[in-house]
Amino acid sequence: MDEFLYLSLPPMVIASLAAIACVLPGNFLLLSRRAMLGDAMSHVVLPGIVVAFLLTGSGSGVVMGAGALAAAGLSAVMIEWVTRRAGIEPGAAMAVVFTTMFALGVVLLETTGTSGVHLDVEHALYGNLESLIWLGSAPPELLRLTLIAAGLALALRLVWRPLVLATFDPVFAQTQGVPVAWLRAGLTAATALAAVAAFQAVGSILTIAMLICPAATARLLTRTLPAQLAVSLGFAIASALLGYVLAGYAPLWIGLPFTLSASGMIATVSGLMLAAAALIASQRARAAL
Amino acid sequence: MQAGAEAALQVQGLTLRYNDVLALDGASATFPSGSMTAIIGPNGAGKSTFLKSVLGLVEAEGQVSAFGGPVAKVMARIAYVPQRAAVDWSFPVRVIDVVLMGCYRKTGLLGRIDRRMTAHAMAALARVGMQDFARRQIGALSGGQQQRVFLARALAQGADLILLDEPFAGVDAATEAAIIGVLKSLRDGGATIIAVHHDLSTVAAYFDRVLLLNRRTVAEGAVAETFTRTALAQAYGPALILDPAA
Repeated sequence: MDEFLYLSLPPMVIASLAAIACVLPGNFLLLSRRAMLGDAMSHVVLPGIVVAFLLTGSGSGVVMGAGALAAAGLSAVMIEWVTRRAGIEPGAAMAVVFTTMFALGVVLLETTGTSGVHLDVEHALYGNLESLIWLGSAPPELLRLTLIAAGLALALRLVWRPLVLATFDPVFAQTQGVPVAWLRAGLTAATALAAVAAFQAVGSILTIAMLICPAATARLLTRTLPAQLAVSLGFAIASALLGYVLAGYAPLWIGLPFTLSASGMIATVSGLMLAAAALIASQRARAAL
Repeated sequence: MQAGAEAALQVQGLTLRYNDVLALDGASATFPSGSMTAIIGPNGAGKSTFLKSVLGLVEAEGQVSAFGGPVAKVMARIAYVPQRAAVDWSFPVRVIDVVLMGCYRKTGLLGRIDRRMTAHAMAALARVGMQDFARRQIGALSGGQQQRVFLARALAQGADLILLDEPFAGVDAATEAAIIGVLKSLRDGGATIIAVHHDLSTVAAYFDRVLLLNRRTVAEGAVAETFTRTALAQAYGPALILDPAA
């Protein structure tokens, strides 16, 4: 039992918190057809983290988080710039910027001696969820993600009405005095914050999955936005817990002598949930005809 | 000042350039209080752009004043009904939620939607004959019903200057009759209605004034004097075979 409390519970809680932080902005990214932004943000943090480490030599979460946020901000500006200057659609601009930035991060990682401090490509992709155990004190990610998830939830509660209005009908929202451009920038910032926080704990693959999969799953099964948000949070937490347990124990149950990546398994579970929801939704649509 | 004496909306030399294309070229118009005006003109004449420029949604050159002052100061009195195609109708909101969006200025950022506000929104829905659909998801509505919900949202706002962008595009006859009935009763109550309109055959029956637009103002005034063969030929080109007298 103690073993579970110290070794398994902290990473499960951290994975759930990362999922919650990502799901909150993720629902609105999906509805405003900016899902790709989540993908972009969770990739561009890598060069930010590496550069922050190279500049300061510090591996502290705060320093790396600041570097990641700076990279996210820079990328948002670059995406706008490429969109306007090159006259290409925002999705393509995001793809260009985030792949370039991620590649830059990988090159920086491989050419500099940063791998000693949990900075390598594998950790960038999968995070290091399994190592976030309770060693005498709580892992710092626990407090950080708790604060960020709570902060994002509070911010969402505060701007709920104008955000829904601006997402549904931005032109009408403008005529009502809703600060549409600020809300859009705020959603980008919230996505960056969630992506940075989640990236450090769970890696980019899980971050991308959590930004979009639970929201997309809930969107297929619900009719109102509060319901969609609630259901997506439920799916996110369920896939975090189920994925973690499956990664750690499922191979043992069938007699295999290894465990799987928790982040990878959580992302897989959330993808399977989305597939199941798509099947259910298409069945329902057929039944309704 | 007496109602009707002051123009609800005055537009002077509205000009807008999109890259190299001149969308509006010094368009001017006056919309008296309590009037109901159709904005007509060929495709690409800048009709929708005219409305958006008036509202400040796109940045155009020129002077626009509403109720004798800058538009930005009286936005609460102006309702805008966008084209139906402007939004994603599969969005997860119910009909009543959309109508309540029209109450945003009344409730403010954090304001709670109380029973009084919901009753107000329901009354707006009832005026367009959609009260039985309040709890439906908007994706389940027909095109005409969607347009009526948009109008209900403008009614909930309680504005007295209403700008509509093609409110009759792709709607059924029942909706068209319901919408025009509501608009006329608003006008009779002193509101000013301005609608981008496509169907020239209904202009005289629905509206009392007309603005003929083709990037600039071709003609404006009462339907009887302005909606003439000469003016139409000027706006649309001589190919148009329509006799407004018929």
